[in-house]
Amino acid sequence: MTELLNTLYIQRPGTSLHLDGDTLRAFHPDDEPKTPPKRVPLVRLDHLVAFGGVNVSQELQLRCAADGRSVTYLTGNGRFLMRTVGPATGNPLLRQAQHRAADDHQQRVSISKAMIAGKIHNSRQVLLRTARDSSGFRQTALRASADLIAERLNLLRDATTIDEVFGVEGITARDYFAAMPHLVTRSKEWKVAGRNKRPPTDPVNCLLSFLYGMLRGAVHGALEQVGLDPYIGLLHGVRSGKPALALDLMEEFRPLLVDRLVFTLLNRRELSDKDFDHLPNGAYQLTDDGRKKVFTAWQKSRQRAWPHAYLRRDVEGALLPLVQARLLARHLRGDLAAYQPWTVA
Amino acid sequence: MDLLVTYDVETTTPAGARRLRKVAKICEGYGHRVQKSVFEVVCRDADKVKLVAAIEAVIDPTRDSVRIYRLPAMALDDVEHLGRPRGIDPRGPFVI
Repeated sequence: MTELLNTLYIQRPGTSLHLDGDTLRAFHPDDEPKTPPKRVPLVRLDHLVAFGGVNVSQELQLRCAADGRSVTYLTGNGRFLMRTVGPATGNPLLRQAQHRAADDHQQRVSISKAMIAGKIHNSRQVLLRTARDSSGFRQTALRASADLIAERLNLLRDATTIDEVFGVEGITARDYFAAMPHLVTRSKEWKVAGRNKRPPTDPVNCLLSFLYGMLRGAVHGALEQVGLDPYIGLLHGVRSGKPALALDLMEEFRPLLVDRLVFTLLNRRELSDKDFDHLPNGAYQLTDDGRKKVFTAWQKSRQRAWPHAYLRRDVEGALLPLVQARLLARHLRGDLAAYQPWTVA
Repeated sequence: MDLLVTYDVETTTPAGARRLRKVAKICEGYGHRVQKSVFEVVCRDADKVKLVAAIEAVIDPTRDSVRIYRLPAMALDDVEHLGRPRGIDPRGPFVI
């Protein structure tokens, strides 16, 4: 069995990280002088995420670069600042194939359609699973939304341009997020209306945005690991500084890996009102304590095994982006006739 | 795989004390110290090979003894414990 490697999140400002033999040692000046230092074996880590005010020693950075372990730096609010990685590896032939696909309209449309079909299918799963556990009006409403979304798959089948694929994606997302109040119990308390962002103006959207960011990091890393260029997209257009392929590949993971986790966290009352700060501009933001709870839940959910309809076996959440990135690479190189998105049966 | 690593390194000589520190240092790179000379390790097959090779290179086979128990899958998640709790969950998420 493959052991999953972990991501280390360091969010306490003032923490400094040092290399100590083959371990990472975390130090904070406010710690009691007698407490033993916090050590983490480096072999267990494949990624470091440092939030604002965290100091990473150069020895540690160099060691991580040498081992192929990336270090991501975020502001205290979770905005991406930079990511250090070692030398670029991977396969130039694969990258060439990717660039050719990005110029081939037909191939772009067919891959994009597969990705969006995966997303629509998985969105339906979220609605249907919740419907199974509910009753009465909620159940009827959720089933109706699921049926509506299923019809969009027909529209997608007939799409012949990228704009049409995007159009179907947009309509489906609107229908899906319109059902959000039925997915969260006590939805009035959480002010659930629909999807909004930049800034998110309720706790649910705040959680969605935060975890989409985490998912994006995971997908981005998986693409780089496989040797694909995360910035050359197929569905999302190429724009400077926009990891378009990471955004493409994310689509099929959003509903089950993030949305479901968000609804579960709120429905099981693992998060409360106190875990969010309400800012004067109307935005909601996670508190340090709340963020810690979300990380723990996210990391746990990444260890959960999900069925993979195409591979016909279970795959851990943390490995799904890597598995899909490999399938995409195989399709681009011509080993697979079509790209198969991740869907649960 | 889950491993339990325990060691006895003879420390009557300064060279022995040095070996003890080296063995401890190697183990820290792979797992978490749960008692003075006991480590719980979660690792992949390749890491175990590296761990064994690193320890072999350091110890004095005539004086020291290192035992590596391979435990059933996920055995470290189910440990009965009395007294001072261990600081860290071997497979848990890392947040500092």
